[in-house]
Amino acid sequence: MIPSETSPEDIKQGLNLPWLLKMAWRDSRRNRSRLLLFVSSIVLGIAALVAIYSLGDNLRQNIDSQAATLLGADLQLSGNKPVTGKVKKLVDSLGIKRSEERSFASMILFTKNNGNRLAQVKALEGDFPFYGDLETSPLSAGKTFRNGKEALVDQTLMLQYEAKVGDSIKVGEVTFAIAGVLLKAPGQTGLTSSVAPSVYIPMKYLDQTGLMQKGSRIAYRTYIKFAPKTDVEKLVKSLESRFDAADLDHKTVQSQKEDTGRSFKDLTQFLALVGFIALLLGCIGVASAVHIYIREKLNSIAILRCLGVKGYQAFLIYLIQIAGIGLFGSILGAILGSVIQQFLPIVIKDFLPFELTTGLSWPAIGQGIGIGLIISILFAMPPLVSIRKISPLNVLRNTADTGKSQRDPVIWIVYVLIIGFIFGFSYLQTQNWIQALSFTAGILASFIILTGMASLLMWLVRKFFPTSWSYLWRQGLANLFRPNNQTIILIVAIGLGTLFICTLFFTQTILLNRVKLSSSGNKPNIVLFDIQSGQKDAVIALAKQEGLPVNETVAIINMRLEQVNSRSAATIESDTSKEQSRRIFGREYRVTFRDSLTSSEKIVQGEWIGKYDPKSQLIPVSVEEGFAKRSNIALGDTLVFNVQGTIMQTYAASTRDVNWAEVQTNFLVVFPTGVLEDAPQFHVLLTHVPSAQVSARFQQVLVQKFPNISIIDLALVLKVIDDLFNKIGFVIRFMAGFSILTGIVVLISSVLISKYQRLQESVLLRTLGASRKQIFAITALEYFFLGAMASLTGILLALISSWALAKFTFETEFKPELLPVLILFILVSSLTVIIGLINSRGILSKSPLEVLRQDV
Amino acid sequence: MNTILNLDQVSKIYQSGDRSLTVLDNITFSVEAGSTMSIVGPSGSGKTTLLGLCAGLDRSTSGKVELHETRLDGLSEDQLAAVRNKYVGFIFQNFQLMPTLTALENVMVPLELRGEKNIKPRALDLLDKVGLADRSHHYPTQLSGGEQQRVSLARAFSNKPQILFADEPTGNLDAETSEKVVKLLFDLNKEAGTTLVVVTHDLELAAKTQRIIKIKGGKIISDTPGLII
Repeated sequence: MIPSETSPEDIKQGLNLPWLLKMAWRDSRRNRSRLLLFVSSIVLGIAALVAIYSLGDNLRQNIDSQAATLLGADLQLSGNKPVTGKVKKLVDSLGIKRSEERSFASMILFTKNNGNRLAQVKALEGDFPFYGDLETSPLSAGKTFRNGKEALVDQTLMLQYEAKVGDSIKVGEVTFAIAGVLLKAPGQTGLTSSVAPSVYIPMKYLDQTGLMQKGSRIAYRTYIKFAPKTDVEKLVKSLESRFDAADLDHKTVQSQKEDTGRSFKDLTQFLALVGFIALLLGCIGVASAVHIYIREKLNSIAILRCLGVKGYQAFLIYLIQIAGIGLFGSILGAILGSVIQQFLPIVIKDFLPFELTTGLSWPAIGQGIGIGLIISILFAMPPLVSIRKISPLNVLRNTADTGKSQRDPVIWIVYVLIIGFIFGFSYLQTQNWIQALSFTAGILASFIILTGMASLLMWLVRKFFPTSWSYLWRQGLANLFRPNNQTIILIVAIGLGTLFICTLFFTQTILLNRVKLSSSGNKPNIVLFDIQSGQKDAVIALAKQEGLPVNETVAIINMRLEQVNSRSAATIESDTSKEQSRRIFGREYRVTFRDSLTSSEKIVQGEWIGKYDPKSQLIPVSVEEGFAKRSNIALGDTLVFNVQGTIMQTYAASTRDVNWAEVQTNFLVVFPTGVLEDAPQFHVLLTHVPSAQVSARFQQVLVQKFPNISIIDLALVLKVIDDLFNKIGFVIRFMAGFSILTGIVVLISSVLISKYQRLQESVLLRTLGASRKQIFAITALEYFFLGAMASLTGILLALISSWALAKFTFETEFKPELLPVLILFILVSSLTVIIGLINSRGILSKSPLEVLRQDV
Repeated sequence: MNTILNLDQVSKIYQSGDRSLTVLDNITFSVEAGSTMSIVGPSGSGKTTLLGLCAGLDRSTSGKVELHETRLDGLSEDQLAAVRNKYVGFIFQNFQLMPTLTALENVMVPLELRGEKNIKPRALDLLDKVGLADRSHHYPTQLSGGEQQRVSLARAFSNKPQILFADEPTGNLDAETSEKVVKLLFDLNKEAGTTLVVVTHDLELAAKTQRIIKIKGGKIISDTPGLII
């Protein structure tokens, strides 16, 4: 016997990292194009994220630098009644400059062509804005209009009525010359200007317009500029209680900054989630590509194991490769994302109240690269960890030992990490546990269902194998379940891609349909409001004279809530334990009275009492359910209303469910008849006009006779909403575009990589005499079955998820259109077949020997 | 002489559902260091399984396998890998070169794994000995079968193994190339003084070794000296 030189303890090798790096590099040399292929699936996802993160970063910086011009002043105080008495003195003592604004909705008339439309009239006094400008054309108009009987008119209105500077508009009883086109005012976005276009007039003519009647809804604003270096925040904090007591809302540069920042954070978080879907799709691409890559590397790994490479060393060699290529792909994605974000401001400019300047955002780039690296490693892990278990015995026999072991606990840790990552990321985006949990659970469930469907397909094909079919069909079908099949991987990858894209499409349709529903049929499409009691009969007569139906007239009484269960705003404020918001006292309530419910109302709790019994002490009122919940008002609670000086003692007799989507007047609080008939009130009238011409004529007559009456043309509102949806839709489609492109890349890379699975077999068939056509047919059939099954399952899942979204989130009906679904099904299935066939062309055009000699 | 490989009542049984298949049944033999031997037998007799057990690629169901005085059955997968790297060389029927490495890199792998320095000259020297110095930067697919097997020989001897296992080393080669490869194998072996265990059903090749073990149905049926010593 030779002397023992070693014991097992001696037989230890170090990690040998330099060699592992060298081996990873060498081994990747002949596979780099393929490694690039699977990393390509994460490039777009990373690009989407980097673009959105950069946008968020740029938005934050822009908001910071332009905050003062967003508000136009250091402090804005607003309320819905004029400031008087002590509070007036207090307000007048603040700051070095003040500017007053009264804002209300009113019809304006373009005298040149008699066009009229509801606009937001802003009567201005003083030098507002103190920061930034009222951007106008001509430039000087923003300042000069205050000196004469002149107005600034929003550019959307100017365009709509083909008005020019110098033309006249009539606001109430006063005719103003248009001094300039209003391009931009502080805090105003392209969107607000199309929903409620503004008209600025000098304050001194406001009374003459005759629009300041009792019951008119007017917002009173005071803009204040302080001396430089004044600590406005501190000052406002000390005055907060006095502002609150006077029902004055206050906004400072800081709070405006926070509000604007918050709303854009929501936007970027939503977009990041859409981008994340693209990334997740890419991850599936990575996982499936690495899975197949490692399967092909089985023999090389077994050789290395034979030569003495330890399990974890073999694992590290491939981990280094994946990490390296993941890093490369992430950098590529970050570069692409940084380029794309230069264009994002064009996409979202209508939502922005300021000019957005873009710059490179290093934190966004860092985040993107970091996430890309983590995600490519994490999703490559399931196939990678199996390397540790690959036996060296594989070199002796082709036992197809994939090293896969379900009992390997590490694989479960990896799965938990992946789920944790998806949850963590979606939580970071949504900041909402439930949403993040549903998102993660949804993805997990889709994954499980798709895997289940793939297994079911394999089982069914095997169980009911059509032995009587022709050889080509049998071969194509058999490929679905035979060893080295790609059924599960391709069905999951293609199915998830279809699911994401299809759900996005359905959601968009749901949202658009919801708006369209309310505008169809003979439903009212013109709403007249601010009709004074004395005008009511004349307006009804006018409508009838024009041949228009009066669908509904409703009396509206403005009132304030003074007490709930004998507690007033002041007592509620001092009692911090009470959850009731004092906000419910500050606002003005527009209330109606009637003896019955409307078709859009349903009693949820309590009893509907339509007529007030003068014998009872309290007046029974009905409260809208959501408002009752938000305001903590329970059935039987006593509510004291102040109806312009008269106190009304009421109690909540019932709560109502109101369908707000219906086009009709809906109310938070409804009184019974027999109480408010004599209270100061105005009326709303709903009618239906058959055409735009009739609508224009009716509006013209109405505005000329009753200038105080406001008209809402629902056709116009719908057009605005449609525009809005188109813009939002464009943003969503733009982001979803990343998912679609990623889906295609994943499809290409999955199919491209899977070609190696079928290579040997196709060559063998060729050797045995199969014609090109036959192999073509077999391949086409296999990919067709895969593509069809995957897209079908994806579409079915999308139908389920969209139905759930419609029912639970949007609370509306879901009627999917079949044609686009069919088109998508055909598109995905045929794309799979085409890509599969293009792939096989390489095999088919060469001689079998040539292919066999190639390194696969 | 010292024993380098010792098998004591080694059995290998595969379990498939309720049925068990005995591939190797109570195999006992030992191999002297520096000797050459061959394991012959018909297809399915258990030769390759036996080689796998001897080389530490697989584990026996029962019995004891000692390689270089180290009991293999008690070692973990990673310890077995280290044993292979330190003491064992391999030659396979289908060459088993890493397709992504050049001929030179394939030869260097076992040395690099050990963390040895300055290995390139040695690897080149070995390639020179097998007559492939000028093909050192070629990938396996650019080499013929015979050339690939010669690279495989150079790799097998690169880590100066104590024992070399060859599994049908000429199984994929034509007669002329086989002859050259076999000559090279025995020449290199003689020069290095390595123990050689050849698994083959080529009796002519087996006859070139000092000892022939014949197995059939998982059992040793004869253990005789070779014809040519």
